[in-house]
Amino acid sequence: MKEKDYFLDDRPKKLSYSEVWEKFFNWARAQSLWVIAYGTGCGSIEIPPMVTSRFDAERFGVSTVGTPRQADVLIISGYLAVKTLKRVIRVYEQMQSPKYVVGLGACTVNGGMYYDSYNTVNLVDLYIPIDVYVAGCMPRPEAILAGFAQLMKKIKEGRADGWKQYIDNLDKYRKNQEKIIKNWKIPNYNW
Amino acid sequence: MWYKILYAFLVTVGGLAYGLLLGGISRKITARIHGRRGPTVFQNFIDLIKLLRKKTAISHGTMFFLAPMFRLLGGVGVLLLVPIVYGSSILSNFSFGGDLIVVLYFMVFGCLGMALGAADSGHPHSALAPTRGLAQMAGYELPFLISVIGLAIAHKTVSISGLVAAQQGGIFHWNLFQYPFLSIAGLIAMLGMYMAYPFSVVMAPQEIPVGPPTEYSSTFLSFMFSGRSIFGVGKYVLFMDLFLGGATNLVEAFVKTFALFLIIVFVTNVFPRYRTEQAVKFFWTYPVVIGLIDFIRIFIK
Repeated sequence: MKEKDYFLDDRPKKLSYSEVWEKFFNWARAQSLWVIAYGTGCGSIEIPPMVTSRFDAERFGVSTVGTPRQADVLIISGYLAVKTLKRVIRVYEQMQSPKYVVGLGACTVNGGMYYDSYNTVNLVDLYIPIDVYVAGCMPRPEAILAGFAQLMKKIKEGRADGWKQYIDNLDKYRKNQEKIIKNWKIPNYNW
Repeated sequence: MWYKILYAFLVTVGGLAYGLLLGGISRKITARIHGRRGPTVFQNFIDLIKLLRKKTAISHGTMFFLAPMFRLLGGVGVLLLVPIVYGSSILSNFSFGGDLIVVLYFMVFGCLGMALGAADSGHPHSALAPTRGLAQMAGYELPFLISVIGLAIAHKTVSISGLVAAQQGGIFHWNLFQYPFLSIAGLIAMLGMYMAYPFSVVMAPQEIPVGPPTEYSSTFLSFMFSGRSIFGVGKYVLFMDLFLGGATNLVEAFVKTFALFLIIVFVTNVFPRYRTEQAVKFFWTYPVVIGLIDFIRIFIK
């Protein structure tokens, strides 16, 4: 079988729904956030306490899944190396819309303590759209839960539209990504 | 007969709601055992609504699209063929003379569809899971068939309604007490069917992240999810009819299916997991030997 049979190479499309239904579905989306179990940096050590007995994120409907196809939330947990950025882009594009990104720790905002490193991405928002930042180095699980509460509020109000921005400004994001990833071998078809 | 179609629709929707609620209760009980608060019992409804409205843009071939339909069809087929309330013209569903054999076929149908779809999705994890799932199916089918065929021979009928009719007349007429060893074999096979914890290697969240539905998202997953819930309820009703004497009204059906559900939940929360070959070995030894005791007793009688 040809490789072509396995992918769509048209650009991602935005969907339009009626306002009333969208409010109801936004409520459901906010109550059921499935987080992809993928840690990009040191912050991912804070995720296991968040989902296990002590802090129990499942009471808010937050649970983890092992595949990007079913996930709603991608957590950029801490510093993001250029090498990891490639993987993050692939994971993000394989997730199905609507999808949200949470930036964890100071590193996702301005590079944190690695701001002058040769391979750390300083402002993640230039490469993939981030909906909620959780500041701290590292933020405790309580802070992450507070971040999730903020994300839920944004989703319910219909303001968590990072995925729409990504579709609208795909060329801009691609240009930024290609600028920093020198050896660009990511396929363009993993929506 | 148009009203039959209407009631079939209502039974399917009711079965889905009951299945989702049972899933929610199971999650809540697991959480309480962990010492957590846990999600609300309606969490599965919310998950389903969310999945229905997620966008999907994945193409993996024809079988990939058909597999969730197979899964749903297998579930609805089982639920609509087993009589929920004995003696009721409506809630006996589409029960007929040889329905036991058709139900046995439908129970395999969903799993096969799942396996075909998972193989078509091209993901290594989802191709690995059906091999485990089908191996485990080969394991639990043997004690299950010994149990079901034993009951059919004992009562000289292949109709589920006939089996229920044979168990009427008090608690000690139930197959659970008439043929205790066949019942034990059947109930152990039930644990395997529900992929309850000692036999949960098919999904195995820590090893092969999601199992068969790795590549499935959004609407596909919601179909699979609802198919699984309906299938679950259908099997509870089947086991109630086979071993617990069926039900003569809806409250009795509810109590008995809930009791079967509690067996699954409490077993699943206390056991670690068997590997595939250990599970198959277990199924082919203990429940088979236990079931054969009654099987031979039926033949000698």
